Amino acid sequence: MDEFVIRALLAGGGIALLAGPLGSFVVWRRMAYFGDTLSHSALLGVTLGFLLGVNPMIGVMVVCVSLALALVALQRRRHLAADTLLGILSHGSLSLGLVALAFLETLRVDLMAYLFGDILSVTDGDLMAIYGGGAVAMAGLALLWRRLLAVTVDEDLARVEGMPVDALRLAFMLLIALVIAIAMKIVGILLITSLLIIPAAAARRFARTPEGMAALASVLGVVAVAAGLLASLNWDLPGGPSVVVAAAALFLLGSLVPLRR
Amino acid sequence: MSTPYPSRDTSALFAGPLAWTEDLTVRFGRRTVLDRVNIAVQPGEVVTLIGPNGAGKTTLVRAVLGLMAPDGGRVLRRPNLRVGYMPQKLSVDQTLPLTVRRFLALWRPVTADQVAAALEEAGVTRLADSAVQTISGGEMQRVLLARALLGDPDLLVLDEPDQAVDVHGQAELFNRIAQVRQRRGCGVLLVSHDLHTVMARTDRVICLNGHVCCSGRPEDVSRHPEYHALFGGHARDLAVYVHHHDHAHAEDGKVVHDHDGDCCHG
Repeated sequence: MDEFVIRALLAGGGIALLAGPLGSFVVWRRMAYFGDTLSHSALLGVTLGFLLGVNPMIGVMVVCVSLALALVALQRRRHLAADTLLGILSHGSLSLGLVALAFLETLRVDLMAYLFGDILSVTDGDLMAIYGGGAVAMAGLALLWRRLLAVTVDEDLARVEGMPVDALRLAFMLLIALVIAIAMKIVGILLITSLLIIPAAAARRFARTPEGMAALASVLGVVAVAAGLLASLNWDLPGGPSVVVAAAALFLLGSLVPLRR
Repeated sequence: MSTPYPSRDTSALFAGPLAWTEDLTVRFGRRTVLDRVNIAVQPGEVVTLIGPNGAGKTTLVRAVLGLMAPDGGRVLRRPNLRVGYMPQKLSVDQTLPLTVRRFLALWRPVTADQVAAALEEAGVTRLADSAVQTISGGEMQRVLLARALLGDPDLLVLDEPDQAVDVHGQAELFNRIAQVRQRRGCGVLLVSHDLHTVMARTDRVICLNGHVCCSGRPEDVSRHPEYHALFGGHARDLAVYVHHHDHAHAEDGKVVHDHDGDCCHG
């Protein structure tokens, strides 16, 4: 097998492992659209990274977290429904990223690679970012697991029990931002959320515990990455979209399996 | 200002309440929902909040729990007070696979034995492995009681469900809570929508309508003119019932619902 294929598998597999548990939380907390909004803002982060001469991943983290905080502040004022706010921020920040990128005339950026991913050009540096950042995110998630579940079940109860609800929500947003930053290269900013929610949604029917669902989502994600990559190589298809199509196919297959009750 | 009826409970100030409010005021926009409310819950005491819809009962409970910042006055608690909160209802997203047993273990580190004991005390051992989304409203109330008990509470705060639970189930729940109170000696602060079930198991009733209209023992409050102004004809049923409050259940089983009514000032 070619080296670039192995690197692609390692990168996609690493992202899928991380996306399992985190994506389960996105599903449980009904934050799919929120994840979409954050990932759409990532392009602005990339541009910012280039402008300031720092790693684009850091730019993405900064923009995602700022957007998450802005969203929390806007929601407190309650003038508009959450989905309207998300729509404004999502498309506003994506367009702002595209416009800002156009201003960087001296820089030649492969826009398609950022929008839809470029999994076959993964570098060793990307792999280090994925597994380093992924390890940090997994450790953080493991540490906060029980309390994040409690906050997901009922925020008021968690608050009365003395849990730092706002800090936990912020920590969760940071984890999402981290995943977006490292997954951008693999599936592209337009498709990141699908890697978070499709395997988790496919795992739901077969899981009896939160951990079971998270683990199965990771496994299904890895299968989708492998299948998508193989299809992409065999038939010369775009990598990121192939992975997402494979995940969606797994979801459909899963929903056809009869369950014993 | 009306004076509390029948007499101000001064012993409260010295015995040291579990939690109390001082001129608690809460506004939603321009509307004053709670106006200089003073209440206190003593150790081992069952205090019931009654009042019409929109009287601020739930708001008062949320302020006592620290879920809502007061616009005026203060909410005070004994240092290190352990509060067990039982919300009106709990709906867990269908996508989260969660058994009752697991739900109980989310809030603090607990052992399997502790969870089993709490399930037993709340009378829901058979539900341990059920998914939380599949149990009924009444069963959920008891699971929430088990959850609160796991924190070994000094004060149990309970916002009673409106219509989700039938009268019989509600009476059973209160019997459980009365047992818990006796066994553990904890205080109970209760929001009630159903006067019949609650009155016989209450030490003190606080009649709320934006402000404290009257408070005292159930049989005294039920004779209070402001109470009658609030609950009108239903109050008569209740007074008869309270008269026989050594019986365990309401004889006619009739439910008295909250209804709108202006609270008179003395």
